Amino acid sequence: MIWELDFALLLFMICCAIAAINVRDLVHATIILAGYSLIMTVLWALMNAVDVAFTEATVGSGITTVLFIAAIARTTRSSSD
Amino acid sequence: MRENVVIRTVVRLAVPFIQIFALYVIVHGASGAGGGFQGGVVFASSFILMTIAFDLAYTRRRIGSRGTMICSALGIAIYEGVGILCILYAGNYLEYGVIEAALGIPHLHGYLIDLVEAGIGITVMAVMTSIIYDMANRGGRSA
Repeated sequence: MIWELDFALLLFMICCAIAAINVRDLVHATIILAGYSLIMTVLWALMNAVDVAFTEATVGSGITTVLFIAAIARTTRSSSD
Repeated sequence: MRENVVIRTVVRLAVPFIQIFALYVIVHGASGAGGGFQGGVVFASSFILMTIAFDLAYTRRRIGSRGTMICSALGIAIYEGVGILCILYAGNYLEYGVIEAALGIPHLHGYLIDLVEAGIGITVMAVMTSIIYDMANRGGRSA
């Protein structure tokens, strides 16, 4: 495994995780979370866990994003405080 | 978004390929990456794509609430049926080898694994689709 690629992916993943909880708009947070899930997929595949990577790609990046957006569509998009 | 002809055409072209890929993932699950759960989720995502590009009524004409209910029970029934069949052939739960030894059919072990994977896939597809129906159904109106 190339450690530079691994390091860059992990760094970007931590940035995504911090951004997802700090951003105001809930739709933006959902999209950032989907990006986080995509990086996690690449990391699982690099660690030779292809089955887990597949599940992360389908559930984490696909279904969860749609469910979050459907839930946001029923509430307000950003908080007022 | 429903008036956009590009989105509608792309979805119309992409949905059959997604569904074929989902069936490939389910069948290929025993020997490689993938399996019933992942294939079922991919199959449900094709219905989600249809719901996003068209509307809920369009998808409900393909598979309705009654269809998802029947499919979710059918998948579990297939899974349980294969498992209990192994017990009836004096093995453990889901011990496929005893059926293959009793009937003498070669590669029956692999076919039974595929059957169980298909059951898991049907249930996951139906449950995911019904969750999406409930989430996309605005204002509690039942379509």
